[in-house]
This record gives sequence, C-alpha cells and structure tokens, in this order.
Amino acid sequence: MPDTLPTQPRISQLHMRGMMKRFPGVLAVNNVDFSVEASNGRGEIHALLGENGAGKSTLMKILYGLYRADGGTIHVDNTPLTLRSPQDAIGRGIGMIHQHFMLVPSLTVAENIALGMKSTRGALLDLDRVRARVAELSERYHLKVDPDVPIWQLAVGEQQRVEIVRALYKGAALLILDEPTAVLTPGEVDDFFRVLRQMRDDGHLLVFISHKLHEVLAISDRITVLRDGQRVDTIPTSTASKLMLAQMMVGRPVVLEYDRKPCAPGDVKLMLDNVNALNDRGAAGLRDVTLFVRAGEIVGVAGVSGNGQHELAQTIAGLRPCTSGRIRANGQNITNKSPRVLHRCGMAYIPEERMIDGVIKDFSVAENFILHDHARPPYARGGLFMRFRGIRTASQQAIRDYEIKTPGTETPIKSLSGGNIQKLILARELGRKPQVLIAAQPTRGVDIGATEYIHQRLLEERSKGTAILLISEDLDEILALSDRVIVMYEGRIIGEMPREDVDIRQLGALMAGAQ
Amino acid sequence: MTLRRFFTSLLDTTPYVLALLAALGVASILLLALNAPPLEAVGAIAQGAFGTENATAETLVKATPILFVAIGISVAFRGGVTNIGGEGQMIAGALAGVTVALAIPQAPGIVIIPLALAVGFAAGALYGGIAGALKAYFNVNEILSTIMLNQVAVQMMNFLLNGVLLDPSELGSNAIPKTARIVEAAELPRLSISLPPGLSDLFGTAELFGRTRLHWGLVLAIVLAIVTYILLWRTIIGYRIRAVGQNERASRYAGINIQRNILLSMLLSGGMAGLAGAVQVLGLQYRLQTDGSATGFTGNAGFNGIVAALFGGLNPLGAIPASVFFGSLLVGAQKMQRELGIPASMVTAINGVIVVFVVSAQYFVHRRSRRRSVGGTPEREPAAPIVPAPLETPS
Ligand SMILES: Nc1ncnc2c1ncn2[C@@H]1O[C@H](COP(=O)(O)OP(=O)(O)O)[C@@H](O)[C@H]1O
Ligand SMILES: [Mg+2]
Repeated sequence: MPDTLPTQPRISQLHMRGMMKRFPGVLAVNNVDFSVEASNGRGEIHALLGENGAGKSTLMKILYGLYRADGGTIHVDNTPLTLRSPQDAIGRGIGMIHQHFMLVPSLTVAENIALGMKSTRGALLDLDRVRARVAELSERYHLKVDPDVPIWQLAVGEQQRVEIVRALYKGAALLILDEPTAVLTPGEVDDFFRVLRQMRDDGHLLVFISHKLHEVLAISDRITVLRDGQRVDTIPTSTASKLMLAQMMVGRPVVLEYDRKPCAPGDVKLMLDNVNALNDRGAAGLRDVTLFVRAGEIVGVAGVSGNGQHELAQTIAGLRPCTSGRIRANGQNITNKSPRVLHRCGMAYIPEERMIDGVIKDFSVAENFILHDHARPPYARGGLFMRFRGIRTASQQAIRDYEIKTPGTETPIKSLSGGNIQKLILARELGRKPQVLIAAQPTRGVDIGATEYIHQRLLEERSKGTAILLISEDLDEILALSDRVIVMYEGRIIGEMPREDVDIRQLGALMAGAQ
Repeated sequence: MTLRRFFTSLLDTTPYVLALLAALGVASILLLALNAPPLEAVGAIAQGAFGTENATAETLVKATPILFVAIGISVAFRGGVTNIGGEGQMIAGALAGVTVALAIPQAPGIVIIPLALAVGFAAGALYGGIAGALKAYFNVNEILSTIMLNQVAVQMMNFLLNGVLLDPSELGSNAIPKTARIVEAAELPRLSISLPPGLSDLFGTAELFGRTRLHWGLVLAIVLAIVTYILLWRTIIGYRIRAVGQNERASRYAGINIQRNILLSMLLSGGMAGLAGAVQVLGLQYRLQTDGSATGFTGNAGFNGIVAALFGGLNPLGAIPASVFFGSLLVGAQKMQRELGIPASMVTAINGVIVVFVVSAQYFVHRRSRRRSVGGTPEREPAAPIVPAPLETPS
C-alpha cells in the first residue's frame, strides 16, 4: 500500500446517518447526521463544534472505527461502510489525529511513520522509501518535517505535523482532526490553517473538531454544532456569526462581551521589581521584569506561549525561585517566601496546569476544597482530627455558590469536567478573600458556559478591590477583562498600554517581538 | 445515583475477582503439571490452614508479622514512598526489642514489654527513616536504598548474633546463631478465648486456642490497623501524607511540607515493621534467632507484608484479611506437601502468580477510573502514580 500511495483522494462524499452511541450513564451521541462532501475536485473542511462532552470525539471515533456505534449507518460514496477497527477505516482512506498524539518519543520521524506499515523489505524498515515520500508530502503541503529527528526533540506543533504526514502517508482521503489547535500558539495556528486549506484545495475532506468559535469561523466551509450528544444544526460558515454559534453550543443566550464598570484603582498591591528567574531548562526565563498591579484593576499579560508567562506566574506564586529582584505583595516582601507565607499575605493563585498544581486528582471534591486550610477550623479540630461536618457544609456551600456540577462532595475531582474543576479552584481561592489574585490561563480548556462564569467572577472580584494579574494566551480573554495590557516576549516586558489604547495590530507585532 | 455507585464499585471489584480466578486457573495448571489434582491441593491448603484449632492458630501466628508490615507499607505507599525495606526494618525492630528485654531482666513485665515494643518501633522507624530522609532531602531512590538497607540489616544481625548478642551458653559451639532467651516476664501473653457454655460445646473446648502459640501480638496488630486507618483518613497527618503521596506539586502550593511528610511516612512505615520484629521476639520466639540466611529470622514477612498491603488495597483494614490469607497459604502449604507430596515452594510460585494478576487488575481499575467522567470529558492528567508493584515477589 505505501508504495503506490494515492495522490488522488478517493472519497468524494461521506454520510453518517442517525448515529447513536451510549456509554454507561450517558447517551454520548444521539441520532446525529453528519456529512462531508467534495465538489468539483475541491474538498471540504467541515467543522464540528461543541462544548466539552458534547460528543464530538465520540462521533468521530465511531467514524475511525475506534467505537462501535449502537445505531446508524455510514456511507462512503454511496456504498455502506462497516467499521470493525481503525484498520478498516484506514483501509477506506479515513485518518484521524487524536487530541493526544500517538508517537513513540524515542524513535525518529521516519521510524514513527514506518511503524505499523508493511515494508517491502520484510522485517526490516524501509526507511529510505519513507524518507523520500515524507519529503514529497512535506513539500506539497508545506509541512516542514525532518525525517531523521527523534520525536522527543520536537515541539508539539512539529509533532502534529508529523501526525498529519503520517496520516497522509497512510493514504488518508478524509482526515479527522480532534481539537488540533489546542496545542498550538497563535502563529502556529496560522501556518496550520494554511496547510489545511492546501489539503482541502487538493481534494481532501477534513473534519475539524473545535470548541473555539473564531477558529471554526476562520477555517471551515460548513459547521455542525453538537450539544449534549445531539446535532443542533449544520450551517454554511458564510452565514454564521460568533454570537449565534455560541448560543447554539450553550443552548441559551450568552454574553461574549462584558460591561465593565470603569476601573478605579487603589493602592499598589503587587509589585515586581527587576525580577529574574530561570526556566525549566535552566536558561533565563524572566528577565528584569518590573510591573505593578493596583487594587481593583485587572492587568492582563499577553504573549505567545513560552515567552515567560509560565515562569512569571510560578515565580510570583512562590513555586519558582527568583534569582534576583524583589516581589512585594500587600506591602510585604514575599520574594522567595514559601506558599504558606504568601497565603498569609492575602495572595491567591489559579494555576495554569490545574491537574498538577491546582488539585489532587484522586482526592474528592471536598478534600480538594480544603487543600490550603485543611488544618484550620472549621475543617479540623484540636490540631489533629478532621471535622467532616465542617468540611461537608463548606464544600456543599461552594458547590452551590459556584454552580459546580458534581454528583456530590465525595466524588473524586478527576471525574469532573475541566470547567467544573476550575470552578472548584476558583471557589477555594476566592473563598479566602484574597487581596492579590494571580490567574494563569484561567479558562484554558474550559467550555463557554464556565468561561463566561469565571470571567464574571473575576470582574466581580475586581470590583471588590482585588488586584488581579491575568496571564493568558487567549487574546480575546485579555481584551475582554483587562484594564491594562502588558506584553511579554522572551521573558521581558516589551510593551504596556491601557486597554483603551490597544491596537490589535500593534499588539500582535509586539507579541511577535517587534519593539 | 446510589445504584450507579453500586454498579461502579461492582465494576471496580470485578477485576480483582477475575484476577484471583485467573490466578487460580494458572495455579491449577501448575499443579496439574506436577500431577496433583488442583482441588485436592486447594483442599489440603484450606485444611492445613484452618482444619484444626491449632492450624487456625498457626495461620494467625504467621499472619501477625505480615499484618504489622502491611499496615506500615500501606502508610508508605499512600505517602508516595515505595518502601521495600520491610525486612530490614523488621530486623532492626527485633534487634532493639530483644536488647531491651535482655538488658533489664529484673524489671516487671509491665515495664519490659511496652518499653521493648516502643524501642522496637523506634528502631524500625529510624531504620526506615534513613531511606526516608535520603529520599526527602537528597532525592535518593527509596526502592534502591531500602533494598540495600535490607542487606545491611541482615549482615548486622548476623554480626551481632555471632558476637555481643550471642547466647552465652552457646559460646564456642557451632549451633544456630541466637540470643539468650528473654525472661518470662518479658513474654507477650498467649491469647486464648474463654467460651461461654453454649459455644464451648460447639467447639468442644472451653478455651479456644488454649494450647496454641497464638499470642497477643495479633490483637495489637488489629488495633494498630484500626488506629492507622483513623490516622490516614480522619486526621490532618493522614490528609497530608496522602496529599503528598498523590501530588507533590499541589501539596507544596497548599503549604504542606513535602520533605517532612515523606520522612514521616517512612518513619511510621518503618516503625510498624519494627514492631513486627519486636512482637515476633516477645510473642513467639522469646529470643532472636536466625539460620544465617537473609530471611532466617523474618520468614519473609517483610516482603509478604508488601503483597498483603497491595492486596488489601493499601488500606490498613483491608490488610487484615489479606494478611490472614497469606498466613493461611504459608501454613497450608506444609499440609499440601505432606499429603500430596507437592513441594511447599509450589505455594511460593502460586503466590507470585496471584501477585502478578492482582497488580495487573489494580492497574486496570486505575485506568478505568481515569476514563470515568461526570458532566464532561475528564481533564488530561499527568502520568498517574499507580500503586507501585513490589520489585520482589515474596517467597
Ligand atoms: N470511553 C468512554 N466511556 C464512557 N463515557 C465516555 C467515553 N468517552 C466519552 N464519554 C462520555 O461521552 C460524552 C461525550 O464525550 P466526548 O465525545 O469525548 O465529548 P467531546 O469530544 O465533545 O468533548 C461525555 O459525557 C463523556 O464523558
Ligand atoms: Mg473531545
């Protein structure tokens, strides 16, 4: 098969009708119709849009032969298709790139691609042939990949290109991309979209799964919206708008822009003075960062991923040593102080990697809620025993106040969705009535409903006079919430402006490093 | 919801049941290969382990040190420390305990026994604490350090038993290395149960376990299991140990002292193994003796305790039946050997098979629970620390 690779795609239309898939306790896909069609040799990019848990991945895993449907039919070019395994799907020209990549880190690009393919040299890998073909494919679709580099040396964006090349190598005519942009920086997204368009113009059919509205609007030809396992509608992208898509996804009117009261900043609550810190590789991660945040204002830190935002959040939160410079919170020097001291100074932190820094995943909702204050009343008594009544009452209150969807306080936190986990973290951190709040990527991977909720809460906190440092790679989020915007590039602050003065083009240039 | 919960927990326990059945299947094949009918073999084991009053007592006697170690291992593993050093810590506890008992022979039992146990606990704790401190403060892998410390403990024991601790009456002779016998006052009392008239007819005796080697160590171990359960799930100390064991980074941010809690879980873990050693001396052997081999004194309880802890779901209460189970295998194997001519070491093999299957089941349950979700797709998780499998299978 790899020898005579089809350059001509082999699918011109695919129809799924009445698809059903039930998991214990959930109807993940409920009577969904979905189709992808080429016309006049031009393929199609069909976006599958929906909140987390809407059933997007499940529907597509059926098409890739990973799940057996409980009902429904699939037709490819008007012939019925029965799928028993991904092999069947690949054989029919259907490829899928998963949310989490499936590459062997220690092997090279070419070896990964050759893996699981028939070789003309028997037990030996046909690496030369693979290399040649990879070169050809990367040329055609502008997918820069070096076949001889081991995977572990590649950035995620590059790994994704390898996945795409591998799928094309296997002869995919229809390619399913499950939340492909989640791992990419804004610049990489643009490159990536160029690749997708090239593939479409070449006649490939693409299913683009996402929950990001602007991306779907930018790349797709048609959009199908799923909600709670059901198809809400399928519309041509040219007739769609952000607001309308958001409402279809959430099932109720949503606010994409908040009316913010004018900011009336008070005293300086957080102050960084020439702060330096190393990144995980031991190189300079923060370079002479100086900034301040006043009570009652939100300062947004914008930047392309990997330009020091991660280090900034961790250094302020006391989780990364500050090699020089000073940090003051609430008038006290907190440079290199332990997290416990920071808490006492009225600091709260919404960490970027919430499953690693924010919660203990095997602990229950209640146990996670009391993480900081577990040794204090009303959660403990006599300095030794936990007080379960106090723990339960407080966490039930938090569940109500923050609209956290969970079966109960004893449910392990890991079984909640990202949005609900984030709400619990918010409940815990804001419950301490902080004076300074560091919010790092507070809505990354969180669905629209919860995002809206979290944003409202942050604005509420601002009106209570909390000083908020918002670190986000989502420019929309920065612009929607901030009173001042700071731009980071290569560990430095290279721009700062009040929100009113932000010019998007200038901001983009700063993020790319232009002075 | 409760129904769903029920089914969920049913699904969670099914793999264990299946694993046990599969293990029994493989064991049967092994037995058949030895020309032994599996059912008879199992029957002989059961008969040997529980068939008579004395057999049951012996099973419980074997289970006692395993239980002490298993409780400690549960604490360590919950705290994220893979303590493989039960053997060494047990020896440390026994050496310390016997030294106390021999040092103050005139003291009354009420002084000697608690003191010897306390010092045994402390010695085991310190010995485990070495590995704990190395891990906490110097990032030394605790699996390696505890295994090496096991060797050190055995050599130390042999050295002392052939030197300062050697029974003076054995001087010059080439007998088994052993200490002098402890005084009677220092012995843990034998445990027997006086039966009311109705029951005594049923059992055919008025005093159950009256003429067996069963001792109060068993009660001590069960009390310790309950106390440790409370410690782990009802106190701040336990909350912190479990938090650190599950996720160091989140714990650190929560203001929990990581190093101190790693050390603490190893101190507790080692202490309980130390108690196993001291109780073995005071309750059963009345001296410290060994055949010079690595497991001569411990009878492998330090390793079997690890398996029992895993079997008990790293829950001190679960460790109770698990320890009895392993105790019964050890005792029953003798009977099997006598009756059917199957080597008792066959039980070791079966033991190993069970471990492999059960640990796989644990892995499976863990994977399954990662996929379960409520109201949306669960978050991506960092590589999860599944219950670590012991490096060495027991023998
Ligand atoms: N393997 C599975 N087992 C049980 N439930 C699942 C499984 N995969 C997905 N689900 C459930 O099905 C629903 C749809 O999930 P999914 O298709 O992953 O959503 P999306 O990709 O749109 O975020 C969710 O409620 C999810 O919890
Ligand atoms: Mg998905």
